[in-house]
Amino acid sequence: MVKSAIPVGLKSMKKNDVKLLAALLGLALVAFLGISLYSQLTTKEPQAVVRLDGKEWGRYPLSEDTVVEIRQTDGNYNILQIRNEKAEIREASCPDKICVNHRPVRAQGESLVCLPNRLVVEIENGEDTGIDAGTK
Amino acid sequence: MAKKTAYLGMFTALAFVFSYIEFLLPINLGIPGIKLGLANLVIIVSLYTMGTSWAFTLSLVRILLTGLTFGNPASMIYSLAGGMLSLVIMIVARRCKLFSVTGVSVLGGVFHNVGQILVAALVVETASLLYYLPILVLSGTAAGVLIGIVSSILIRHLRKIADTQEAGR
Repeated sequence: MVKSAIPVGLKSMKKNDVKLLAALLGLALVAFLGISLYSQLTTKEPQAVVRLDGKEWGRYPLSEDTVVEIRQTDGNYNILQIRNEKAEIREASCPDKICVNHRPVRAQGESLVCLPNRLVVEIENGEDTGIDAGTK
Repeated sequence: MAKKTAYLGMFTALAFVFSYIEFLLPINLGIPGIKLGLANLVIIVSLYTMGTSWAFTLSLVRILLTGLTFGNPASMIYSLAGGMLSLVIMIVARRCKLFSVTGVSVLGGVFHNVGQILVAALVVETASLLYYLPILVLSGTAAGVLIGIVSSILIRHLRKIADTQEAGR
């Protein structure tokens, strides 16, 4: 009895088996593409959220370098600068300049506060520093 | 009947040993759940040579035995989910006569993984586990092809042996 070197079992496969394999491979590919697309759409990039009087004024991704002037109706202003994935207040009209002297922020939950101008800049979806784990 | 009982005992022991081998030599590719499914070899062979109800008993006994010896209640639930879903799909696939042994084995491998992921997603209540699905479908398919080819060879030889035994009587 002569047998081929190829696994004999392969011959027992039917056309439907091949179709099934193709369908499963296609399904896996589609699911993979769908999942990677979905996760790309839903993963949030770190951004700086500007709030005036507790109301959201704007949000800026940390990935783009920008300079934003936040000018209020009473003439007070803060200039927010985003550079190297960090946010800082470059200039402000407030008397104490605490916000300007604050070091640049980038980690989750860090904030820049300018009390006289009632302005808060907070980092959302930022990297966790791991040092601030506390009770809530 | 006595012959079938003897077969069932032997097959159970074989499936048990295969599970043990896989427990000893896990394939670690960084993703949990990828495995060859050697025990499925025995289940498929029994499904084709002894029939549905015997394969069902065999599968259940194997899962209970391996769960009690090598696993814990949690791992037993996972293998129960995977094993039962896989077996039901294989029984249906065999009944509808669309696929050969290899096709049935592929479906079994894939749905074993699907069943385990579904239970895991239910237990930890995160849908993000479904991210594993494409990879586990692929690995289930690959393992299914291998196991299916070996099974089809085994089934043919076992039938030959059974035939010669019948003829020699």
